[in-house]
Amino acid sequence: MDAIRALIVDDSSVMRKIVERSLRQAGIELSKVFEAGNGAEALTILAEDSVELILCDINMPIMDGLEFLKALPSVENAKNVPVVMITTEGSEAHVVQAISLGARGYIRKPFTPDQVKEHVIPLLGVKA
Amino acid sequence: MNTTGTAPATEGSQQTWLPMLEVATREVFELMLSSKLTTPETVSEGTLDITAMVGLAGQLCGVMSIRCTRKSALLMASKMLGVEPANVGPDMCDAFGEICNMVAGNFKNKIPGLGDSCMLSVPTVITGDDYSMHSPKNSAAVELRLLFDNAPVVISLQVDS
Repeated sequence: MDAIRALIVDDSSVMRKIVERSLRQAGIELSKVFEAGNGAEALTILAEDSVELILCDINMPIMDGLEFLKALPSVENAKNVPVVMITTEGSEAHVVQAISLGARGYIRKPFTPDQVKEHVIPLLGVKA
Repeated sequence: MNTTGTAPATEGSQQTWLPMLEVATREVFELMLSSKLTTPETVSEGTLDITAMVGLAGQLCGVMSIRCTRKSALLMASKMLGVEPANVGPDMCDAFGEICNMVAGNFKNKIPGLGDSCMLSVPTVITGDDYSMHSPKNSAAVELRLLFDNAPVVISLQVDS
């Protein structure tokens, strides 16, 4: 598998580090990791840089994860990039809403690296 | 920390919520910190000088909080990040707040019907112990006392409605 560029969106810098570590533990080689503290920051990054994977929290200030999903189709660089939500908001309604807005996966916090592997690897088209 | 306006939760809600709060808390520590919490034989808190809080709004309104010593919070952050405590730096409060956030989310997702109808705030962390919490009259509290690395951790759920 080629190394990929990933964008991690979470208002907690600690969670961003943990998500990055979980991706590496899943065997995903990362050539570049972009970090954003909310959806608006993520959109700014995506306006200039392209990525192959986005992992996104829901509860964030300024622009939450669901608003980010709504805005994502308007970003040329990111239209077809798989987005996996990683969040404490684990209700069925949130899952349905996120999936209907284009999210390709949904991981509830707390999570294990294995759960990240299970949800992310198939999206990258490699064998787990 | 002192509290006013809070009464113990009813026996019914204590019986329902306390075990779920304990499971939710233990899961967060086991999955995210690779740490098993233990049950204290006696209650001796000492000075718990850091508090993380997450607000709940909707069908269940209130505040989830976790209190412990700063030393414990630093150790939690180091385990979460996989670094030595000396290298945690300013991430301590962020990590501690996230732990509270995950406990609150995990707890509400275990209560049937609450996941969809109760929203969480972003976490707030308070350092120091010389403060009072004033809750609306008739609010109720569920409190759980556990040990993390042999040091006390108090998890509280104050419910206003």
